[in-house]
Amino acid sequence: MELNIVRYILIFPLLGFLVNGFIGSKLGNKAVGWIASITVLLSLSISVYVFIQLLSMPPDARLITDTVYTWINSGSLTIDFKLMVDPLTAVMLLVVTGVGFLIHIYSIGYMHGDKSYSRFFAYLNLFMFSMLLLVLSSNIVLMFVGWEGVGLCSYLLIGFWYEKDSAANAGKKAFITNRIGDYGFLLGLFLLASAFVSKGIFTLDFNTMAAHISLISPQVLTIVGILLFVGATGKSAQLPLYVWLPDAMEGPTPVSALIHAATMVTAGVYMIARMNFLYVLAPTALEVVAVVGGLTALYAATIGLVQNDIKRVLAYSTISQLGYMFMAVGVGAFSAGIFHLMTHAFFKALLFLGAGSVIHALSGEQDMRKMGGLKNKIPVTFAVFLAAALAISGIPGLSGFFSKDSILAAAYASGHTVIWLLGFITALLTAFYIFRLIYMTFYGESRVDKHAAEHIHESPKVMTIPLIILAVLSVIGGYVGVPQLLGNIVGWHNSDLFVNFLAPVFHTMPEHEMSVSTDSWLMIGSITMAFLGVFFAWYVYLKEKMQPAKHAAESFAGLYRLLLNKYYVDELYNAIVIKPLMWISEFFLWKIFDVWVVDGTVNGSAHVTQWASTKLRKIQAGDFQVYVMLFLIGAISVLAYFVLR
Amino acid sequence: MGFQENLLSIIIFLPLLGVLFGAFINKDNKSAIKWFTLIVSLIEFIVSLFLVIHFDSSSVGMQFTEKYTWIPVYNIDYRIGIDGLSLLLILLTTFLTPLVLLGSWTYIKKREKEYYLWFLVLETGMIGVFASLDLILFYVFWEAMLIPMYIIIGVWGGPRRIYAAVKFFIYTMFGSLLMLVAIIYLYFAYGAQTGTYTFDLLKLYNLSLPLSTQIWLFAAFALSFAIKVPIFPFHTWLPDAHVEAPTGGSVILAGVLLKMGTYGYMRLAMPLFPIAANAFLPYLAVLAIIGIIYGALVAMMQPDIKKLVAYSSVSHLGLVILGLMALNIESVDGAVLQMINHGLSTGALFMLVGMLYERRHTRELSEFGGIAKTMPVFATIFMIATLSSIGLPGLNGFIGEFLILIGSFFARPIYAVFAGTGVILGAVYMLRTYQKVFWGKITNKANEDLKDLSAREIIVMIPILIMIVWIGVYPKPFLNIIHNASESYIQYVKPQAAPIHDQQSTVPQMPERLK
Repeated sequence: MELNIVRYILIFPLLGFLVNGFIGSKLGNKAVGWIASITVLLSLSISVYVFIQLLSMPPDARLITDTVYTWINSGSLTIDFKLMVDPLTAVMLLVVTGVGFLIHIYSIGYMHGDKSYSRFFAYLNLFMFSMLLLVLSSNIVLMFVGWEGVGLCSYLLIGFWYEKDSAANAGKKAFITNRIGDYGFLLGLFLLASAFVSKGIFTLDFNTMAAHISLISPQVLTIVGILLFVGATGKSAQLPLYVWLPDAMEGPTPVSALIHAATMVTAGVYMIARMNFLYVLAPTALEVVAVVGGLTALYAATIGLVQNDIKRVLAYSTISQLGYMFMAVGVGAFSAGIFHLMTHAFFKALLFLGAGSVIHALSGEQDMRKMGGLKNKIPVTFAVFLAAALAISGIPGLSGFFSKDSILAAAYASGHTVIWLLGFITALLTAFYIFRLIYMTFYGESRVDKHAAEHIHESPKVMTIPLIILAVLSVIGGYVGVPQLLGNIVGWHNSDLFVNFLAPVFHTMPEHEMSVSTDSWLMIGSITMAFLGVFFAWYVYLKEKMQPAKHAAESFAGLYRLLLNKYYVDELYNAIVIKPLMWISEFFLWKIFDVWVVDGTVNGSAHVTQWASTKLRKIQAGDFQVYVMLFLIGAISVLAYFVLR
Repeated sequence: MGFQENLLSIIIFLPLLGVLFGAFINKDNKSAIKWFTLIVSLIEFIVSLFLVIHFDSSSVGMQFTEKYTWIPVYNIDYRIGIDGLSLLLILLTTFLTPLVLLGSWTYIKKREKEYYLWFLVLETGMIGVFASLDLILFYVFWEAMLIPMYIIIGVWGGPRRIYAAVKFFIYTMFGSLLMLVAIIYLYFAYGAQTGTYTFDLLKLYNLSLPLSTQIWLFAAFALSFAIKVPIFPFHTWLPDAHVEAPTGGSVILAGVLLKMGTYGYMRLAMPLFPIAANAFLPYLAVLAIIGIIYGALVAMMQPDIKKLVAYSSVSHLGLVILGLMALNIESVDGAVLQMINHGLSTGALFMLVGMLYERRHTRELSEFGGIAKTMPVFATIFMIATLSSIGLPGLNGFIGEFLILIGSFFARPIYAVFAGTGVILGAVYMLRTYQKVFWGKITNKANEDLKDLSAREIIVMIPILIMIVWIGVYPKPFLNIIHNASESYIQYVKPQAAPIHDQQSTVPQMPERLK
């Protein structure tokens, strides 16, 4: 069905960007914040409308398109500016506009008093536009426009406080790291395009590609799948390109919540889900996705165990949770990956915004060693934070439980026992580091600086109301995807609404049957891990007042330092890539090769000519025109040779 | 004589006519000179838009052709005409010239009258090059255009301007004399084969020469254009010329003059000598790729912003050459579009660097830092030019880069694998520069009270920004203009019949000589 209202989902945030970007500073902060938020609210409303339209259609025909114009038309390629909404897009639209809207509202309060208020909201609207373009695109090239657009906004917003060198560096690092990933992505795109073009298919439309994917050889699909995934490791911060995300915390906290937790960083997961028709035929590529996802999940969680900056803990947690999502899509459980993407958007956005509220209350303090005992001083923040922490830990009944459980079940059922084990261990670590954060921040004695302590205050309503809404979503958001195992207990058939809704989009992998008892045991296992993690955190950080942590840090000093310094990966990249490249460029290529060899040859031949011409002084009048004349005579002699020979 | 029949001639000579009238203006009446030349160049731009209105993008071959006998003894004619390639390059010229003139108003502080009039002379020369269809006429314009640029660098340039100007002149002259010899050889060879002697380019396309001869002739043309582009390793005149040239000179040099090299490949060297071209093609592609990576790496370490942009041009034009060598519609469309894009983005960057130089009289990166705070409008415009230069999707640079890379991938995947690293390196050197100039705290006192752009400076930048966004968002009109020129080029150069993935091709039959 063609529905031209879809484009307005994009147009409103774009208008907001233009208005705030051009005349925002003259409008006054109040107007700026509300204009930005209302444009997103409008996008949200249209998204809901489109979603309802979609539901009214028969499940197998749920597709709404909106062709705007032909964008690129060259040779064999035609790339349309065409939007499409299918169930997968619809889920993404609701998450992006919904969470996006709440974060816009929150930002009105959080950014209050910043001197670049209108610039902030202009960027935020531009981000919404780009992210929505990314999920609405009906072809892979247009998706890449959104893909790069969100990268740009991420860069601009990480470097928002550009006067801070650390922020400026972090912004640049994010953009360049992403570009490395994009290089892989582009090569994958080119390979895919040339494969289709050679079969006479001149469009890179997702649905057209899906219909003809069987024409392409599995080897090509495998390489394409891996190359596209390289792009995803950049955008979604997976091994080995995750290094930009922790630094990205230099951006304002609402940005961390919106871009670096809930939406942009999940683009890689979305991309793989969108390209599922390709990945199901490229099992090796999927295997790579699953392994990288699993390793990243565990790896980032271990770093998260020892970080002291509240936002850094959440950053590593995000990397780790994204690893879960890749694990899911990597074992072919696309719905589970997207399900976790959604619940994670709720609780991780909430954790970041909650952290922002804590930071706000403490006049900018981010070090958890200087927090503690905030439970009663900022009760609303505490309550919502606790809800999010329980959700991410996978405590039964909350959203994270359902999505994480479906990932682990799928990993196990598909025979990826090692991947499952990685996820299983990570579940323990997740609960541990997040409750470590809770206990260090909200419980125990206050370690807050005297000066900051005097100013502790709960955030204004404009901030707390979005928090409360997100808390509600974090708690109940999982009930749209209750596993059938649990649904059966209460006699609810088709309890897994989420999977059923998305089913028409995904090309299924071979089904893996699992006995009810295995499934139950798995679930009990992961619940146990969650509670164990919470218990350990409670024991170490509350009951024993961090003493065991100190002992552990002392007795395993090497390991502790390794984790604290994030496995020295930044230092490693610096030493083996950045420094040598700069050295070669500066000294070898520029100062030796370019100046001496190339230009030296040019000037040298000039000098030889000059030396020769001093010997021929008699015909040299020192006049430029004479040189030209001589050249011409020479030319004519050559000419004469050819004519007369 | 009628407006439409002679439209192209009018466009070529209108600036020169302006010079004739402008010569009567008192040299001390500076504002009269400035306004007069600006208005002439604006009229020129408006007249050039008539080309677009009357251009038929569906027809193959040259349009707006004119022919007058010039030197009948040698059958040298005044023969002009344009296709989509020439059209866009002429428009780029007439578009950039008024902006450059207006942009120079406060930059040039001596001998203003000569400066502005030389620019109009230059404009005639540049348009003449893109419109000539007679090789001698082409050569005359080609050389004629060197003189004003030589003078602009040599008189209004920086401290080492004489060195840079002479290097620019001699280097280019060296190449073009080789070309002249080749042109004259062609004349006689065609005469020997057909009995008629002519410099008519379109006729010479049909000449068939043995490989051994083609190789020498191709080498002469190719070297001449390689210096102009410049293709690695003939690029070292470029950073010197740019660093010393006044802002206006740099903008035109990078924006238009370098395109004459790529234009020369597409219009002359490759289609005139297809057999040799195919033999040299892989080597040129490799040099282009080396240029892409090498230019970017060297740009990355430059302490002088202008030098950095100059090396980045080596990188960008390497991409254009690669597109021309990959020989498919996508890559050639992309290459032509990228010629325009580079003119816009690098033109904008040189313009902006010039504005900074006017304020601080230095271009050393280390002198700056944190000026986004004092010059927010400038910082924003610079950011857009930067993003255009690094090929951000949604802006013009992406369309060109994407088409060139995907086309070269179709030709040979390995080309795109190497050339694609430019995508990463471009971001590295541009963002590094941006950070050093605009971000961080203001550490240098001299930057504390820099004035943001004036209304005039903003007016200079806005048209370029509009084009940057337009081509990025809706490139179709431009691609339509380019399309037939790309197809003809491929038909002339490509040894086999119709290109592999092009069924809807509407190009005439293969030239006889290749069968």
